Amino acid sequence: MEAFGLLLHGFGVLLTGKTLLLMMVGLVLGIFVGVLPGLGGPNGVAILLPLTFTMDPTSAIVMLSCIYWGALFGGAITSILFNIPGEAWSVATTFDGYPMAQQGQAAQALTAAFTSSFIGSLCAVLLITFLAPMISSFALRFGPPEFFAVYLLTFCSFVGLGREAKHKTIISMALGLLLTGIGMDTISGQLRMTFGSTDLLRGINFLVAVIGLFGISEILLTMEERLALRGHAASISMRVVLGVWKDLPKYWVTLVRSSFIGCWLGITPGGAIAASFMGYNLAKRFSKDPDSFGKGRIEGVFAPETAAHASGTAALLPMLALGIPGSGTAAILLGGLMVWGLNPGPLLFVEHKDFVWGLIASMYLGNIVGLVLVLSTVPIFASILRVPFAAIAPMIVVSCAIGAYAIQNAMFDIWLMLLFGVVGYVFKKIGIPLAPFTLALVLGSRAEDAFRQSMIGSGGSMGVFWSNGLVGSITTLAIALLFWPLIDKAFGNVRRLWNPAVT
Amino acid sequence: MSLTDTEISVDDPTAPEADSPAVTNNRSVEIVVSLLLVGLAALLGYDNWRTGISWDSTGPQAGYFPFYLCVILGGASLYGIVAALRDRTTATETFVTRAQLRRVLQVFVPTLLFCLAMQFLGLYVASFLLTAGFMRIIGRIAWWKSLLTAFIFTAAMFVTFDIAFDVIMPKGPLEAAFGY
Repeated sequence: MEAFGLLLHGFGVLLTGKTLLLMMVGLVLGIFVGVLPGLGGPNGVAILLPLTFTMDPTSAIVMLSCIYWGALFGGAITSILFNIPGEAWSVATTFDGYPMAQQGQAAQALTAAFTSSFIGSLCAVLLITFLAPMISSFALRFGPPEFFAVYLLTFCSFVGLGREAKHKTIISMALGLLLTGIGMDTISGQLRMTFGSTDLLRGINFLVAVIGLFGISEILLTMEERLALRGHAASISMRVVLGVWKDLPKYWVTLVRSSFIGCWLGITPGGAIAASFMGYNLAKRFSKDPDSFGKGRIEGVFAPETAAHASGTAALLPMLALGIPGSGTAAILLGGLMVWGLNPGPLLFVEHKDFVWGLIASMYLGNIVGLVLVLSTVPIFASILRVPFAAIAPMIVVSCAIGAYAIQNAMFDIWLMLLFGVVGYVFKKIGIPLAPFTLALVLGSRAEDAFRQSMIGSGGSMGVFWSNGLVGSITTLAIALLFWPLIDKAFGNVRRLWNPAVT
Repeated sequence: MSLTDTEISVDDPTAPEADSPAVTNNRSVEIVVSLLLVGLAALLGYDNWRTGISWDSTGPQAGYFPFYLCVILGGASLYGIVAALRDRTTATETFVTRAQLRRVLQVFVPTLLFCLAMQFLGLYVASFLLTAGFMRIIGRIAWWKSLLTAFIFTAAMFVTFDIAFDVIMPKGPLEAAFGY
């Protein structure tokens, strides 16, 4: 059990007064961000990232990941008390959570949501603890062609498996990859696509783009809505908590099923939303009494919350092991790693043991501290919603501006942030997904480097991507995923030809 | 409005009306965006072609990878135009109503002014003006509340970033007068 020893070492790194304090600060900020309308996990992490620039990487990642856990917990508060899902993946939580609050069972629903979030995350963290070191040590043997194949696989799975129109996913991805090419070319030293501008020489910073795309555009979108709201206040007593926990074993099948779905979908890109709905629907289908769902059934809170959190946490697995983020937030955390001078990828486990195991230990600790914190402070956070949005919106704008400026101390970045804000607003409205854009921005230059290094190694032959069993199967799988909808359709047609009776 | 202990209620005095007429539909916006993207792809593609898109002794030239991305982007955007023209449903989907657009501009224009002001007055003064002005004009919140909130927020930001975390922000004449 090498992982176990290293994990204990990780806890050793964490258990200092300063780190624990940062953890609490991160969680509180995160819950705050999760509760506020118009902000959520990725936005919160992107905006608060500059706070961590002057910290050492371990403290920084602990604080950031705690912001993320906090935001996940916070999203449940608004879904249940106000019927406003803070994030797309808390939509399924409102189905039964809000009816429970209306029936005066808000405290039970909240306890159920927080507890199941905790269980979901815990399952995913266990998976990360034991699987991530194995994957990364396997990936240590990867050369440039293998890495390019893995990047290709990530991009293709977005196109092939995403639910958005294919050409829109491709547009978003190609645009992101193109933007990373702006500036000085790292291999030849030539300038590309700068058109003589000295500001573009530095390239387009990933975090500036993310702050614009998620922060500014989200405010514009939120302002379109009617922002009046009405909901329930709640406080949670110890008796309610114990009552819900006592019933927990009854729902073990739902919890296990949802955790499994969450972990599985979390590793594939963009899975949290799908996971929460799938968790909910499966719980409903396997229930003896499916009609009672949607009317305030506690299982209807357990199922989606467990799945959403398991998948939100599992999204960090490919990020840690391979340097490929599984979600938008993971992509932003990855951007953070690069700012702190760490090179994401399998070498992280070898070169920065303290950092990796500190992070994994912080996932355990952060979730436990977070659970206690939300259970005890719900009334305070729910009352944040009394603050009118007109007061919150300018503060978010200012925080975005601080974040964007702090990265490179450049006024040009502020204008770039504004531009990306408008782009994000328009893209979201016409259904061009932003997650592939973010992913392409963070992986773009590394994908290009891997491609060119493999080409240099092979003397320009594309055959290098099929030169051995490993890289060949990854590349083939990537291409199969790209054309997955067509293959799926073809199989369906073949099956119908063989067996016309079954349609 | 009477409120019990168990309820939270927030009003939105300047909410957009639900029956406001549409400014434009999704289809037109999709076509315009696709056209812009085709233009961008052509422009960047040309620049990369100038940089060099062929192979030399050291492997692909600097423009090779981005050039083919431009081709993909251009192709997908052209397909987007065709798809938008053929799809009848998006023509009836509202992109934004007039009332919504007004609200969005109510945030966007102050943000733009804030970015401009930041260059001359420094971030902190600009953020004070933005917060106070926005709360008063858009949120119809009492002057004293707006000014006080803006002051506390700006001061908290200054202490957090400039003093505690050493993140340097653009400063203007006011900070200079205080010796920062």
